[in-house]
Amino acid sequence: MSDTFARSTFNADVSAKRCLALRRRILEMSQTVSALHIAGAFSCLEMVEMIYFHFMRRAGKESPDTFLLSKGHGCLSQYTSLEMLGILQRSDIEGYCKPGGFLGTHPDYRVKAGIEASTGSLGHGLTMAIGMAYADKLDGKDRDVYVVMSDGELQEGSVWEGILLAPALKVNRLTAFVDCNDFQSLGRTSETYPNFYPVPEKLRAFGWECVEINGHSATEIHRAVTSREGTRPLMIVGRTTKGRGVSYMENVPIWHYRSPSPAEYQQAIEGLREVRG
Amino acid sequence: MRDTFARTLYKAGKANPKVCIVVADISPAGSMAAFREEFPARFVNVGVAEQNMIGLCAGLALRGYKPFAYTIATFSIYRPFEFVRDDICYQNLPVTVVGIGGGVTYSTLGGTHHAQEDVAVMSALPNMSILAPCDPLETEFATDHSAKYTSPLYLRLGKAGEPKLSEHAPDPWVFGKVRTLRAGSDVCIFAYGPIMKMAFDVADALEKRGKRVRVVSVHTLKPLDTAGIAELLRAHPAAVVIEEHSSQGGLAGKVKQIAWDAGARCSLKTFSLQDEFIHVHGSHADLLAAHGLEAGAIVRALT
Repeated sequence: MSDTFARSTFNADVSAKRCLALRRRILEMSQTVSALHIAGAFSCLEMVEMIYFHFMRRAGKESPDTFLLSKGHGCLSQYTSLEMLGILQRSDIEGYCKPGGFLGTHPDYRVKAGIEASTGSLGHGLTMAIGMAYADKLDGKDRDVYVVMSDGELQEGSVWEGILLAPALKVNRLTAFVDCNDFQSLGRTSETYPNFYPVPEKLRAFGWECVEINGHSATEIHRAVTSREGTRPLMIVGRTTKGRGVSYMENVPIWHYRSPSPAEYQQAIEGLREVRG
Repeated sequence: MRDTFARTLYKAGKANPKVCIVVADISPAGSMAAFREEFPARFVNVGVAEQNMIGLCAGLALRGYKPFAYTIATFSIYRPFEFVRDDICYQNLPVTVVGIGGGVTYSTLGGTHHAQEDVAVMSALPNMSILAPCDPLETEFATDHSAKYTSPLYLRLGKAGEPKLSEHAPDPWVFGKVRTLRAGSDVCIFAYGPIMKMAFDVADALEKRGKRVRVVSVHTLKPLDTAGIAELLRAHPAAVVIEEHSSQGGLAGKVKQIAWDAGARCSLKTFSLQDEFIHVHGSHADLLAAHGLEAGAIVRALT
């Protein structure tokens, strides 16, 4: 399997340009529906881009590796990436949140469309990812499993059940990312649970390899994954900015839900620049 | 029943290398211990973490495994309910969730360990099927079927020591079909699970009074054999449902609905647990009796 599948060469410039195009596409999609989670898609975009376009080995559209978006509400990052990879078609994206389409504001299990598990309720993706990674281990398969969670999601008790379980099952091909944008629906995550920070020491105490990085820096994301020890599950805590890339959306809670008006859309498109960490 | 399940699953696991068991800190007695010893990688104890148990099973199933989640019924479906719903049912994965001690089997352990509304809760989930064998023999059929089943399934088991009631059943065990365990033509008793023994006792008492009594095992509660039940309701002048389950959402209400839809003209009396928690600590029989489920009382109500 690994003979035919390969990772693309890492290039931070290419990643930044790709993320710019993905942000533009997400903004385009925002003009077709009234409510979506645009800001949460922007905060995890660099991590999702690196997983889909660099870490997951590919031969055409096929990959032996798996990506689960446990923070399902960030799915615009996933859908637009899948479209760019040619796994989703333009017509699929046009059916987003419309009758007859199959893409909603949370991913719905459809392997052929690149959606490898249904998510949306927080706290489910990690343990499913552990189950997949454990199955691969039983089968002796050369596969990696990537999962992206939100920092608010780490308030779910089930996530901590999974955090206990992964090192016990020695699923060392599992890589979990946390999109630490410090926001949840009702305010700052760090205000809800001040003692949750710093995060990495908690994960390390549970037996994970864990690093904290700038979650918008492709270079730091690349380094964090490629320099892993490889003997334990890896958690990458990415510090991010909710709404990153559109100045008026950054750290403004309403953009968790709202779609930009035509004027706001125009302003966003004109203000878009490459994000470099 | 529990040992038969473990023995049957051990055989299934030996035959199919994709069968795996995920338990939540429940002692792997009997053949379960043999499975654990022989296939340690396919036996995972997640500890006291039931959400892990279901989520892990879902992940394994997404990779082509045939997982069994196994613990006490209240912990296998109530604690991780949303995981059963979203991870298993919504994605329609071939996971069997086994609930030991369905009903009030764990009589002295208190209401936290009583699964008296499990059939109602699991019935409400799309894609979920429910099997509730009445004795060790049906447990073997049900477990074999579960091991081959390709959709979500809740396997409701008792505990241990249930007598063999289906040994001389005229009907074979067929998934999704009601099964006559003993034939009769005056009264038809529908039951499922370990309370079948009480149904037999009621049948014996009624037969002593000159009635010919049919006893039917509704071992598959979902998909329910609506046509089979309707046919039996039409063929008997009297029908009875006895179930170790709340009156809310169990078999009793469903049989009444079928009777109405089928235009059945038989009398129909149902005996279920009440829609109340049980604060009685005693034997299994004591708890059932506290809610009126006792052979003598049922016979009196029927005669």
